[in-house]
Order: sequence, then structure tokens, then C-alpha cells
Amino acid sequence: MTALAAARRATAPAPAADEPRARFRDLLAAEWLKLWTLRSNWWAIGLSGLALIAMNANGALADYTYWANYSQDVRDGFVPYGSLSDAFTNNAGICLLLAAGCIGAINVTGEYSTGLIRVSIAAVPARRSLLAAKIAVVSAVMTAYGFVVAFASFWITQAILSGRHAGVSISQPGAVHVIVVSALLAPVSALVGMGLGALIRHSATTMVTVIVLLLLLPNLLTDNHRWEADLSHSLLLRAWQRLKETGPQSLPPGLPGYHLATVAGSWTVYAVWPLVAVAIALTVVHRRDL
Amino acid sequence: MIEVNELTKRYGRTTAVNNLTFTVRPGQVTGFLGPNGAGKSTTLRMILGLNRPTSGSVTVQGHPFRDRPRGLRHIGGLLDAADVHGGRSARAHLAVLARSNAIPSGRVEEVLGEVGLSDAARRRIGGFSLGMKQRLGIAAALLGDPPVLLFDEPLNGLDPEGVLWVRGLFRRLAAEGRTVLVSSHMMREMENTADQLVVIGRGELIAEEPLTDFAARGTGLNVTVRTPDPGRLTDLLTAEGAAVRPDSDGSLSVTGVDAARIGELAFDHRVLLHQLATRTASLEEAFMELTADSVEYLAGDPR
Repeated sequence: MTALAAARRATAPAPAADEPRARFRDLLAAEWLKLWTLRSNWWAIGLSGLALIAMNANGALADYTYWANYSQDVRDGFVPYGSLSDAFTNNAGICLLLAAGCIGAINVTGEYSTGLIRVSIAAVPARRSLLAAKIAVVSAVMTAYGFVVAFASFWITQAILSGRHAGVSISQPGAVHVIVVSALLAPVSALVGMGLGALIRHSATTMVTVIVLLLLLPNLLTDNHRWEADLSHSLLLRAWQRLKETGPQSLPPGLPGYHLATVAGSWTVYAVWPLVAVAIALTVVHRRDL
Repeated sequence: MIEVNELTKRYGRTTAVNNLTFTVRPGQVTGFLGPNGAGKSTTLRMILGLNRPTSGSVTVQGHPFRDRPRGLRHIGGLLDAADVHGGRSARAHLAVLARSNAIPSGRVEEVLGEVGLSDAARRRIGGFSLGMKQRLGIAAALLGDPPVLLFDEPLNGLDPEGVLWVRGLFRRLAAEGRTVLVSSHMMREMENTADQLVVIGRGELIAEEPLTDFAARGTGLNVTVRTPDPGRLTDLLTAEGAAVRPDSDGSLSVTGVDAARIGELAFDHRVLLHQLATRTASLEEAFMELTADSVEYLAGDPR
């Protein structure tokens, strides 16, 4: 190992006399600056975050408004699973998936479509480090974004539902789980977006692919055949839907002809998609001409 | 110092650069000339490590640039002034680059001042003219105070004042001992800029020599002379071995002797001269002649 390191040092180009050592920290700082010096990122992150919180609040508001029309059974059974389900609605999840996927994608394709990538790579010939720094910064920002949106949604929806004595507190078993699972959907989708962006490099095509892979495909597949169910369960949206389900299954597992995703399998899906995306991104950026 | 060694780049069946070898030395401005599609940009991209050569190699200061973890202190490159994100301000664009290479932020203000963009530093690049973008690209190339500088068609979009400024800048950078490579498809742009020329056509080397040698390769120096006594001067010049052709406006077009010798002859024989000028187009002609066989897209070319 030391011999290898020594050999590498011997062949590595001599640095300029006053050149500081190359630090990954500098690339992280540069990517952070890159992200926040684009006003379009501010808008995309701020507005989509607010919209998601508003969507969730609206769902809770619907339950609040029609509460009187619900049967006694529904009202009695609402806490906690109905309350937790309102904390992050299915539609908000779909929109989070799209927003985060597109924000991730645009931060990569934006460099290619403008040609800035040539300037960036001439400044940092260590391409994989450059892209890894971007991935790290965008993922971190999207993780924070996911948690802010999920926490705020939880707080607002439960505050609204408490007007019908149907709100739950954060200490309710499953509450933190729902927040974490939904919050993580943001960085996971953003990573997939970045991976596709690095692979496709073209903004519009990347957006379409993000929509097809993350949104359209899960809605086209059913759970009626084993193979179809397996394919469907390997998709992000389905994994999120499965993971955020805290209550008893609406259908008993093992019902003939109907296959349910497993929790462990869904966590695996949450991990594998971003890992594959990052691996593809780092491989293609190293190989391709610009 | 840039050493290009038997460099070849193919895209599918198209050969963009074919077995190209040349050296760019420090301390002078080297012009990189060729018609459109000659492979200049492809070569510059390979020098910058953006494209991988199919075969051959390029080293900058003795090492492949691609192996450097950070680049700005080694090569300052301006490939295309449009390679920027229009949504960022000029200052933000440079600040990002500086940060990635651990260059102090004070240097950003320095280069902005140097290219004359201090007042526009906070404006979005999207609203910049091409000339302003060229200045920004030059500022980015200067950020790391590098020993090697590459500029691809840097005069595009610059106003006359800008062209003068850029020429002065290139001369100064070369005088500081740096290696300066400037590409162009216009011979005229090189005339008052480059000391050394590398000329390519269809991806192959046509010439690598001092600008003056290259110019002499053409039809020869072409001098315009205006005199009230054209007949006498024509005789004198013809006796000297020059070819003299009367132009439609009454002036004489002389090839075969330079302006200094014509002046001497006229002085010795008391012939009054009203005008004596070396025609600047001679370089352009030399270039056209040499690259005529290698022009990729010739107007009227049956294809």
C-alpha cells in the first residue's frame, strides 16, 4: 500500500511552487457557492417546499372540514393512522419526488447545457472529485429540505386536525418514522435525478426520464402478477408508499393473487437507487469527452 | 511549455486531428491558425484534458494536464466565452472557480479590475455582450496566475479598443515568460499579436515557424506605392527585379522588393513618393494559399 502510494507520488505531476494541497473541502465550498449563487435554485427549493407544505395542510383541512360528515366508525378509527397518513399525503409525496428529482437533475444538466462543465473541469481536472462534491452538497441541501418540509407538514397538519381532537404529537409511535421516510425521499430522488443528469446530460430529456421512471412507471404497474409486483416494488414511489404505511395492512399479506412489498425490501430500494445513480454518474463523468 | 506529440483524435470515421506534433514555447505568443473545422478546438480540448486523444499525447509543463487535481494554477483556458451560466453574476462565476482551487477571493476582484469588469461584477452574465463575456473568460483564465494560457478565438465580439487591449495583454503575459497559445481562423488577427505560428488544416500540421517566415512563404511581400511619376519608378523597380502592376486607382502594386528598398531607390533617384505601404493582406494570402487544399467547407465546393 505504501509502495503503491509512493509510486503514485513519484508519477504525479509536481505542483506549482506556491500551490496549496488539493482539498475536497474546497470543492464542497465551491459547489455550495455554485448552488446558492443561482437564484433559480432559491426559487425552486423555496417555492416547491412551500407548495408541498400547503398540499399537506390542504389534505388535513379537508378532513377538518368534512369531519361532521364522517361516520362514527371513521372518526373513532382516525387516530393515529389517519392522522399520520395526513402528515404527508400521497400527492405531496409524488410532488416531492418530482421536485427533488428535477432539482437534482437540473443542477447537473445545467452545467452541461450551458457548457460551464468545460470550465469547471478545466479548473478541476479531478472530475470524479468535482462531481462527488456536487452530489454531496446537493444531497445535503435536499436532506435538509426534506426534513424541513416533513417536519413543517407534520406540525401544521396535526395542528389543524387537533381542532377535531384528531391530531397526534411527535411522540406518537410512528410519527418520527413518517417524517424520516418522507424527508429522505427528497435526497434519494435528488440523487437519482443527478445520476440521470450525468448520464443523459440533456436537460429536457433528463426531466422526461425522471418523470417516467419515478412517477409514470409506478402508476402503470399493478400488484397482480409476481413479476409485475416485484418490478413495481423496486420503484421509489412504491417504496415510499410502503414505508410510510404505519397502520395495519389494508389487505392481509398472502392473499392469493396479490403481493405486498416488504418493509426491508423497500428500505433496500431507498438505498440501491441512489447508490446506483452515484456509481453511474462517477463512471460516466470520468470517461466521456466534453 | 506545451508539447503535442503525434496527437490523433477520431470521432467514428471522422478524423478531427491527425498525427499532430508541435511545441509551444514560453516567452512568446504563439498563434494557432487554421480554417474552420481544421481541428483547433479539438486540439485545445485535448490539451486541457477535456477530450481523450485516440492516440498520441499532450503534456503541459511536462505532465498530462488531466492528472492534475486542480487546474487553474497550471493552465488558464478560454475555450468559448459562452461556457458560463447566465444566471450567475460575473463575480459569483469567478468566486466559484477561485474557491475550487483555493485561490483567495481577493484575486477575483483583481482579475475583474484587470479585464475592466469591476463595474459589471454584480450583473448577471446572461445580460452580457459577447465582448463582456470574452473579458470574463479572460479573467477566469488569469485567476490562477498560470504559466500556460490558452485562448480559443478570443478576439470574437471585442470592440477595437478591446482588441488592442487583448493584444497588449497577450504580449505582456508572454513577456512575463508565460506560454501563450491563441487560436484563430483569421490570419489578420495574428498579424499584430503572434510571434510564432502553428498552422493546421484538416487536422494536420501545415507549418510551425515564426510569423515572419510564414508571411514570406506567400506570394511575397506586396507593397503599394503612389507616385506622380509611375513610369520612371516602374522602370527602376523592374531593373531591381521586382514585379510591378499598375492598380486601377493609379497606384502601383509591387512584389519582389520590400518597402524599405523601394524607399531607398526612390530617394536615390529623386522620385517623389506620395504613399508607400506594405499590404497587410499578404499574410492572409500566404495563409489562404497554404490552407487552400485543406479547407473543410469551401464555398461552391461540389460535394
